[in-house]
Amino acid sequence: METNVLEVHNLRTSFYTDDGEVKAVDGVSFTLPKGKTLGIVGESGSGKSITALSILQLLASNGKIIDGEIRFKGENLIGYSDRKMRDIRGNAISMIFQEPMTSLNPVFTIGQQISESLIKHQKLSKRDALLKSVDLLKLVGIPSPEARVRNYPYELSGGMRQRVMIAMALACDPEILIADEPTTALDVTIQAQILQLIKELQHRLGMSVVFITHDLGVVAETCDYVAVMYAGQVVEYSDVFTIFKEPKHPYTIGLLNSLPRHDMEQDKLEPIRGNVPNVRDMPIGCRFSPRCPAATDLCRAELPELSKDDKGNDVRCWIYSDNWDGEMEVNVYGEKRIAQGRGVKAVFSD
Amino acid sequence: MAKYIVRRLLQTIPVLIGVSILVFSLMHLIPGDAAQIMAGEAASEESVEQIREKLGLNKPKPVQYFNYVSNAIQGDLGNSIRSGRPVVDEIKGRFWVTAELAVYATILAVFLGLIAGIISAVRHYTWSDVSIMVVALFGLSMPNFWLGLLLIQWFAVGVDFLPIPDFLMMRPSGWGDSWRQILLPVITLGTSGAAIIARMTRASMLEVIDQDYIRTARAKGLSEKIVIYRHALKNALIPVVTVVGLEFGAFLGGAVITETIFAINGMGRLTIAAITERDFPVVQGTVLVISLLFVFVNMLVDISYRMLNKRIDLS
Repeated sequence: METNVLEVHNLRTSFYTDDGEVKAVDGVSFTLPKGKTLGIVGESGSGKSITALSILQLLASNGKIIDGEIRFKGENLIGYSDRKMRDIRGNAISMIFQEPMTSLNPVFTIGQQISESLIKHQKLSKRDALLKSVDLLKLVGIPSPEARVRNYPYELSGGMRQRVMIAMALACDPEILIADEPTTALDVTIQAQILQLIKELQHRLGMSVVFITHDLGVVAETCDYVAVMYAGQVVEYSDVFTIFKEPKHPYTIGLLNSLPRHDMEQDKLEPIRGNVPNVRDMPIGCRFSPRCPAATDLCRAELPELSKDDKGNDVRCWIYSDNWDGEMEVNVYGEKRIAQGRGVKAVFSD
Repeated sequence: MAKYIVRRLLQTIPVLIGVSILVFSLMHLIPGDAAQIMAGEAASEESVEQIREKLGLNKPKPVQYFNYVSNAIQGDLGNSIRSGRPVVDEIKGRFWVTAELAVYATILAVFLGLIAGIISAVRHYTWSDVSIMVVALFGLSMPNFWLGLLLIQWFAVGVDFLPIPDFLMMRPSGWGDSWRQILLPVITLGTSGAAIIARMTRASMLEVIDQDYIRTARAKGLSEKIVIYRHALKNALIPVVTVVGLEFGAFLGGAVITETIFAINGMGRLTIAAITERDFPVVQGTVLVISLLFVFVNMLVDISYRMLNKRIDLS
C-alpha cells in the first residue's frame, strides 16, 4: 500500500509587518506519497517558497504558521519544539535553495559545510565526516572530490555549487528533499543536468521529493503529483497526467494555454488576463475570480473549498459543485469543452 | 599568504617616506625661524646660532632631510632640547605606558563592543537592542575628558572605590601593580571605541543574518548558537576588524587627553609637554613613532582581512 510520507492540511502562514498581517499562505493542502515527487507550481508570490519554509519551520522571525497540519509520517510537525525540529532539519527532511551562488557560506570550505550536518546528526568525527563529504561530492558528480572538499565556494561555478548544496542536503539520507526552484538561477544546459541528477539520486536513494517551480516543463519531466498554487492557496491537486490531460481549475487551464507547444500549430499563446491580486487586498470570493473567464456572482461572493471531484482529485472551483449555474466554453489545448454545473461536461473536437 | 605579507610590507615603504617627509617638515612649517622660536624671544643671537648649528638648520634642506632619515633609521632621533637626553630614550619609557593603555582599551572595546553588537543584532528591535544602542550612542557622544572627570568623581573621590590616580607616575616597566589603577583610564579611553565597535557589529550582523547561507545553516538543523557564532559572526567580523584596527591606532594617538586627566606619563603627555616647551625633536619623535605604529597596525588589519575572507584575492 502506498503510504504518505508528508501530508499538509489547510496550512496558513502569515507575516506580521508594520502594515499589518500578510497572509502569504492561506489554505494549502497536499499529500506526498513515499518515494514520489510532488511539484508545487505557481507564479512568483503565490506562496510556494513560504509553504516549503513552513514545512521546515524556517520562516523569518516575523512569519508564523497560524493554522493547519504538517504531518511527516503521521506526526504533526506543528507544535514541535525548536530542538525537535532541528533534529528533523537536514536529517529527515532537507532542503536546497534557489540561489546556489549565495546559499553557501563564503568563509568555510565545502568540506566543512557538508561535514557539519554529518557531525550534528550522525555524530561522526570530523575526520570521518570529511571522508563522507568526499563520497557525497563523488555521488553528486563533482570531479576530483578529494581536492574540492578543501575549496571555498567562490572557487566553484554556480552549477557546481548547486551540486554541493545537493550533496549537503543528501548527507544524512533524508526521507524528503525539498528543492525550491533549484535550477532557476542556472544556465539551461546546467538545469537539465541538475534535474537529471536529482531524479537519479531519488531513484537510487528512494527519497520523496517536493519540487517547487514555476516551470511546467520541469513539472512534466520530474513530478508524479502536482499542486497548483494561486494567491497563497492550492487550487488544484492531482497526479501529473491528470493535470496535463484533464486540467480542471480555470487557472491551471490558463497556465497550460500560456505554454508554447511543440506538438501542434499555434497562432498565438493565450495569456491569463489581469494580474495576481495584492496579498493585502484579496478578492472576497474565489481569488481567481477577477481573472477567470467563467466567473459568476457566486464565484465573486464566496471562496470555494478545496474539494474532491468525482475522480478523487482536489480542485478549488465552484464549477465542480452543484451550486454553479453558469455555462461557458473553455478551450483546452485548442479543444473546446463546455463547463456547466458539476464540471466540464461535454467535450467537442473542432 | 607569505607572498602577500611581503608585498604588503613593501607597500608600506612609500607611506613611510611620506610620513618621514611630513615629520621632517614639522620643523620647517613653523612660521619664522625654528631656531629662534626654540631658543625663546629673549635669547641672544649667539645662542640662536648655536641651536641652528646643533640642529643642522644651516644646511640645505635635502641634506637635512637625508641626515634626519639616516639618523632615524639608526635609531637616533636627535636630542631633546629641554632635557638634552636622546629623544629615543625619552620616548622609550613612555611608549610602553601608552601602548599598554591602548592595548587594554582595545581589549575592553572589542569585548564590550562585540557582545553588545551581537546581542543587539540577534534581538533587533526589542527593548534590549534599543537600550544597548542608546547606551552606545551615549558612549560615542561622550567626550572622553568629560567621561574621565566623571569617573574620577564617581569612583575615586565619591566612594573611594578606586585610587585617585594622581600617583599613577610612570615606572620604567609601565604601570603600577594594581588593575585598579589602570581601570579608570582604560574605561575612559575605550568607551568610544566600544560604542563604535558595537554599532558596527550590529549593522554587520544584521546584514549577514539575512543572507541565504544563514538560512542554509539553519536548514541543516544547526543550533541557533552555532548559526550565530560560527556562520554569521565570522562573516560579520570582516568589516569589524578594520574598525578595531583603526580604533587601536586612534587610542595610541588619542591617549593624550586620557593621559593628561589621569596624570599618566605616557606618550601623549610627553607630546603635550614637548609642544608647550617647543621641544621640537621630541614632537617629531612622538609623531613619527605614532605614525609608524598606525601604518603597521593598518598592515596587520589588511593581513587579517585576508585570513578571514577567502574571497578577497589581494595577491
